Amino acid sequence: MSADQSTMSPAHGPAIQVRGLTKSYRELRVLRGVDLDVAPGSILALLGANGAGKTTLVRILATLLKPDGGTAHVHGLDVTTRAARVRESVSLTGQFAAVDEILTGRENLVLVARLRHLRDPGRVADDLLGRFALTEAGGRRVGTYSGGMRRRLDIAMSLIGDPPVVFLDEPTTGLDPQGRLEVWQAVRELARQGTTVLLTTQYLDEAEQLADRIAVLHHGRIIADGTLAELRRLLPPATVEYVEKQPTLEDVFLAIVGDGDGDDGTRTRTDETVDAVAPTARAVEEPR
Amino acid sequence: MTRHFLGDTAALLGRSLRHISRSPDTIITTAIMPIAFLLLFVYVFGGAIETGSDRYVNYLLPGILLITVVSGISYTAYRLFLDLKGGIFERFQSMPIARSAVLWAHVLTSLVANLISLVVVVLVALAMGFRSGAGVLGWLAVAGIMLLFTLALTWLAVIPGLTATSVDGASAFSYPLILLPFVSSAFVPTDTMPGPVRAFAEHQPVTSIVNTIRALFAGQPVGGDIWTALAWCAGLLVLAYAGAMAVHHRKVG
Repeated sequence: MSADQSTMSPAHGPAIQVRGLTKSYRELRVLRGVDLDVAPGSILALLGANGAGKTTLVRILATLLKPDGGTAHVHGLDVTTRAARVRESVSLTGQFAAVDEILTGRENLVLVARLRHLRDPGRVADDLLGRFALTEAGGRRVGTYSGGMRRRLDIAMSLIGDPPVVFLDEPTTGLDPQGRLEVWQAVRELARQGTTVLLTTQYLDEAEQLADRIAVLHHGRIIADGTLAELRRLLPPATVEYVEKQPTLEDVFLAIVGDGDGDDGTRTRTDETVDAVAPTARAVEEPR
Repeated sequence: MTRHFLGDTAALLGRSLRHISRSPDTIITTAIMPIAFLLLFVYVFGGAIETGSDRYVNYLLPGILLITVVSGISYTAYRLFLDLKGGIFERFQSMPIARSAVLWAHVLTSLVANLISLVVVVLVALAMGFRSGAGVLGWLAVAGIMLLFTLALTWLAVIPGLTATSVDGASAFSYPLILLPFVSSAFVPTDTMPGPVRAFAEHQPVTSIVNTIRALFAGQPVGGDIWTALAWCAGLLVLAYAGAMAVHHRKVG
């Protein structure tokens, strides 16, 4: 996977470079001069409230929208003048899982592999089904999948052809906690293999969990950009307080529902906190 | 981009055809209304309609075939709308594929689906006593005209499919089209219609297409009607295609 990417990489500069990007819908100025750099192989979380312009920015980078002003380069290629080449290097996963519900999971993957003009689409599909723990579900129609499975399939579809840059637009919105952890695991796996990931989110903990760098988009501008540690330094130094650590409701929920029944038995959780509260959860589950 | 056009279209066509084979109800619903009209007009109204032909079903079938296509193409708009709404259209557009392949796949799917519906309707008509004196060439000519007609209307259906904001809006455009055959020579001869209605009926596309197909089925000379019919279909095809492409271009930038 990463071997392919090195041959595709035309420059050593940033994987994504945005300068002074503007975009308006009639009078509504959504982007007002966005500057952003994303290093190759890193995960950047783009944080912002609803309507901050995250999706607009991602759509411009994925060549689905034309900017009004400024420049954007993806993988060294200008998104407006070399859109066709950019499309070969990027992949977009939108807010709603863009999968075909009538086809099976495997058919969805084969379709995308064929559209990316790969040899042996069937093998590509089977590999990805395995990687995303969907092998058993692969022959079922996507209409029967859970939200987390759909999103995993969606992300798997984005990875066909090993695009060096992947945009994930709110990949966990609308997912239950188990589904979120599954998606997080998939994203970490991506970055581990050298893919550059730009992910938008409105969940702060998601950015904290996944991102190498965090950029905050507010009123059409990037108002902060840095690592979590750098962003923390923007605030006054922390004071040390001792607080008894209670499991959060999410910890409890995940512990007592176990591995997510109805799913195909994937165990992708990595959160240690879940295991930490497991004894309590067992006590709760004990039959009287 | 265009070097992949055929392969991309074929891949996407395979996808849409799977949709149809997994929900054959779309083909059945397409055929139900024309078959209902066929039964109603042959067995209820037909006895009282003086057409000059020995079997009313022979007179009626060409108009029913057009109605079949009109009710079939609304599914093209519907399927396209769902692709847009579900985000998969956007996924395709963000991939390095020939961009018009997405539309062509839907259009070709419409041709296949309509062909199946038309065959079903013709079989029902045969069971009801429809007989044709047309030879192979005659049937081929009918097939050719229906193909052109379906192609033109399907490209027309692409426009609401791309622009509609609701499922109802996507398919509503076909309702007025279904009424058009009623004010034509499809059900009754135009002679008895009052002046202005008759003038409209005789100069709208359905009459020339229906008359041409009727003559072909009867094994009679088609006269000048065929050229009028072809001109209507070709003209509509060019306009609808240009319109659909313009909308598509605006949509995907």
